[in-house]
Amino acid sequence: MHAFLARVWRGLVAHLDGPLLLVTFALMIVGLATVYSATYDANNRLWLQAGNMAIGLCAMWAVAQLPPQKLMRFGVPLYVVGVILLILVYFFGIKVNGARRWLSLGFTRVQPSELLKIAVPLMLAWYFHKNEAALRVQHYVVASLLLLVPFALIARQPDLGTAILVGAAGFYVIFFAGLSWAVIGGLLAAAGAAAPFVWTMLHDYQRKRILTLIDPTTDPLGSGYHIIQSTIAIGSGGSFGKGWLAGTQTHLEFIPERHTDFILAVFSEERGLLGNGILLVLYLLLIGRGLMIAARASTLFARVLAGSVTLSLFTYVFVNMGMVSGILPVVGVPLPFMSYGGTALVTLSVGIGILMSINTHRMLVRT
Amino acid sequence: MLARQSSLNAPDGDLSRFHLRVVLAAAGVLLALSLLGARFFYLQVVQHDYYSTRAEDNRISVVPIVPNRGVIVDREGVVLARNYSAFTLEITPSKVDDLEATIDGLSELIEVLPKDRRRFRKLLEESKTFESLPIRTRLSEEEVARFAANRYRFPGVEVKARLFRQYPQGPIASHAIGYINRINKRDLEMIEEREQTANYRGTDHIGKTGIEQKYEFQLHGETGYEQVEIDAGGRAIRSLSRTAPVQGNSLTLTLDVKLQEMAEKAFGERRGALVAIEPSTGGILALVSNPSFDPNLFVDGIRTDDWDVLNKSRDRPMLNRALNGTYPPGSTFKPFMALAALETGKRTAGQTISDPGFFNFAGHHFRDDKKGGHGTVDMYKSIVHSCDTYYYMLANDMGIDAIARFMGDLGFGQATGVDIEGESDGVLPSPEWKKRRFRRPEQQKWYAGETVSIGIGQGYNSYTPIQLAQATATVANGGVMFRPHLVKYITDSRSGEKTMIEPEPLRRLPWKPKNVEVIRNAMIGVNTQGTGARAFAGAGYTSGGKTGTAQVYSLKGSSYRESAVKKELRDHALFIAFAPAEEPRIALAVVVENGGFGAQSAAPIARMVIDYYLLGKLPEGAAKEDDVEED
Repeated sequence: MHAFLARVWRGLVAHLDGPLLLVTFALMIVGLATVYSATYDANNRLWLQAGNMAIGLCAMWAVAQLPPQKLMRFGVPLYVVGVILLILVYFFGIKVNGARRWLSLGFTRVQPSELLKIAVPLMLAWYFHKNEAALRVQHYVVASLLLLVPFALIARQPDLGTAILVGAAGFYVIFFAGLSWAVIGGLLAAAGAAAPFVWTMLHDYQRKRILTLIDPTTDPLGSGYHIIQSTIAIGSGGSFGKGWLAGTQTHLEFIPERHTDFILAVFSEERGLLGNGILLVLYLLLIGRGLMIAARASTLFARVLAGSVTLSLFTYVFVNMGMVSGILPVVGVPLPFMSYGGTALVTLSVGIGILMSINTHRMLVRT
Repeated sequence: MLARQSSLNAPDGDLSRFHLRVVLAAAGVLLALSLLGARFFYLQVVQHDYYSTRAEDNRISVVPIVPNRGVIVDREGVVLARNYSAFTLEITPSKVDDLEATIDGLSELIEVLPKDRRRFRKLLEESKTFESLPIRTRLSEEEVARFAANRYRFPGVEVKARLFRQYPQGPIASHAIGYINRINKRDLEMIEEREQTANYRGTDHIGKTGIEQKYEFQLHGETGYEQVEIDAGGRAIRSLSRTAPVQGNSLTLTLDVKLQEMAEKAFGERRGALVAIEPSTGGILALVSNPSFDPNLFVDGIRTDDWDVLNKSRDRPMLNRALNGTYPPGSTFKPFMALAALETGKRTAGQTISDPGFFNFAGHHFRDDKKGGHGTVDMYKSIVHSCDTYYYMLANDMGIDAIARFMGDLGFGQATGVDIEGESDGVLPSPEWKKRRFRRPEQQKWYAGETVSIGIGQGYNSYTPIQLAQATATVANGGVMFRPHLVKYITDSRSGEKTMIEPEPLRRLPWKPKNVEVIRNAMIGVNTQGTGARAFAGAGYTSGGKTGTAQVYSLKGSSYRESAVKKELRDHALFIAFAPAEEPRIALAVVVENGGFGAQSAAPIARMVIDYYLLGKLPEGAAKEDDVEED
């Protein structure tokens, strides 16, 4: 009996990765405590978020069971379905807050752009893997086009946060697949030159966000308010913070979106520089482990996918922390495993699951 | 397969290049996270004192200053909607532990009626989080003083000076002006969608119907703000800087409120609607939907019992009959049918028919109201004496498609685009409409017999009074059609600049002037020797008109006797008119629900309205409701 249970247990955990699981779990616990602090005096979201995390962990486990060869097969169908849904959103999407991001299914509504965060790296990794034997310039061009289509559709919704994440995920695949430095340098130069034109194409509210970053006091009732209040929250937290549930900025309702995108402001105020340092270390561990898995992966597909998923995670962290601390403009990017919200949690958990799958199925391939 | 995937077989160059990139990525990540760490160090250690001062001691709060809502006046400058300032007692529910105990405590100082409590509870259910809600409005000076002395006992409760909306005309023109009420979740979504969230910080009322709703963003104004220091308890200590709000733009309507009042009085207790339009601009002179309601009831959150009275009344005062009531036009449809006949060449003005008192279609007798018929009838007589048989035959000859096309161009069966939200389309019957409307194939088919009663404005025909008024105005105006509108111009509150609302024609219908003349002459005939003659006897001007009666109740072959039919099932009375005939300055449509014959109850209302508008005459001795010719 005991031996049987032990075998079942080994089967369950065979494809999990200890370090990844441990760090993710730690982040989730910190996240739960912070969500509780941010919401308990009005509309407690603790149990909802715990439920989201349970779903996320299940998704992580399930994805980890699939060997990379199987994951690869999802690339094309997920990508095609995702792009079709984005086109449907473009024509039939429901408008919420001035952006067309959702598709109504009658009983519920879905945000297809979320799917692309996984589908784009899968698709591009599959594409490079297929052409591994003789990668030429045209393959990078095709890959860039495959990335550009969903990126443009999402940016037009408009949803700058998701567009950045999808674009970054795709770019990382192309980068790890060996895009030449000359091209990267060229692209950077072109981007610099195009910046003034992009400026004219941005939506008014996006331009406003960038301007308020430079001088938050120009728009104290609008988006400048977010930045002013969140920097006050962070700064007043000091070295050790005001203590859990004791943040005045948080509890006097100075911080907008405090349980979602701005949750770092709550955490920083109550936990101080020490807490932020620990948080940074946890993310660094997660990212380091991911890069290690990428370096050790056995196929091109697994390598570039692991690299892209890991750097995407880093992008979430950097963009979110940068915006909350006032060094990047405000875009809708959540803080991984901390911000309240089920969709992002599941997507990120699937990403961790992919890393686990790549790491634990390596051995099988070698034998 | 396995061998190809093995890293041992991958080209060495590729793999080492990949590893180099991983190392570079790791270095990049480390650099970026160090940058964040440095930023946190800067904010939390270097600048800690500064931020902690801002957070702990002198919390600077940005307080929005709500702008004055723009006023609404009629064409003569009579005020229809304005603002006044009053004190309210407000509770912020999230700052109060025991709401009931707090309210009980307050009621010892200040009168709080059960009504007030009920309203507060209703607001609480609908409220945004964290906002303060009024428990009492319009406090007296004495009540304010009494609360101020006891303020320390009630954390989370405060007296605020707020602006209230007032409609000095009460229920007059309420369906046109509309009302404001507290912002709910749907309004919030709309505000976000229009990217007005920052401007509505601090605003808690929004236009819900009528002009107040349609011109919300004109009337609202720009929110100002004040930076204030607040103490640990959240109370303002002193003002640091202030940006003044900009008052909302004011609206001047085309409506003449004296005319409106007169028209509403003319309806008395009867249910119905009237729309009067200036044909040369489309400006609405009067828009009546009777009964109406007092918009002042809504301003600080309507009390449950008032709401029940309005909602449960069988007369449905909240229904805007002028825009959302749809009625068969009855015989008022005939002039438009006649014009269609002339324009499509199906009839000439002089062509006659012989009316035996019925029209036989495939063995079915479509009866004329006059037993034995009207004899020899030409187009003029068909309108003046409202001969049904003429139009049964005409509709049958024209066919449903030609009728639907002509009436569609005249605006029947589609929203007119008047500046009030939620207008109904009505029904312009056609085979396509039937296909869309019904599901079962046998119901979807259009039968030729159905076309016959369309000709006299019955059958599936169903239009709003404003569509009828627009069509009448278009005929009066020789085919130049305007979008009916209520707002004449918007006055910018900053520059005083006036923006006129389009006197541009919606479309010009290519009618032959001589055909329009035939119809106008016949409609003048109605008011001098036909079904409208009694109502317009002795008028000091020439006018054109047409009576109509719309069946509410199908009599299934038996003859209609008003006295025998219950009031709710009596026919609707209709009248359309324009005056003066030479150069029309007013065109209107009247519907009196269950009013019987059009000549009896609807035409006298039209007479009173036109008398007042053209001659400034107040009503006296209107036509009596007896022995008039049936239409």
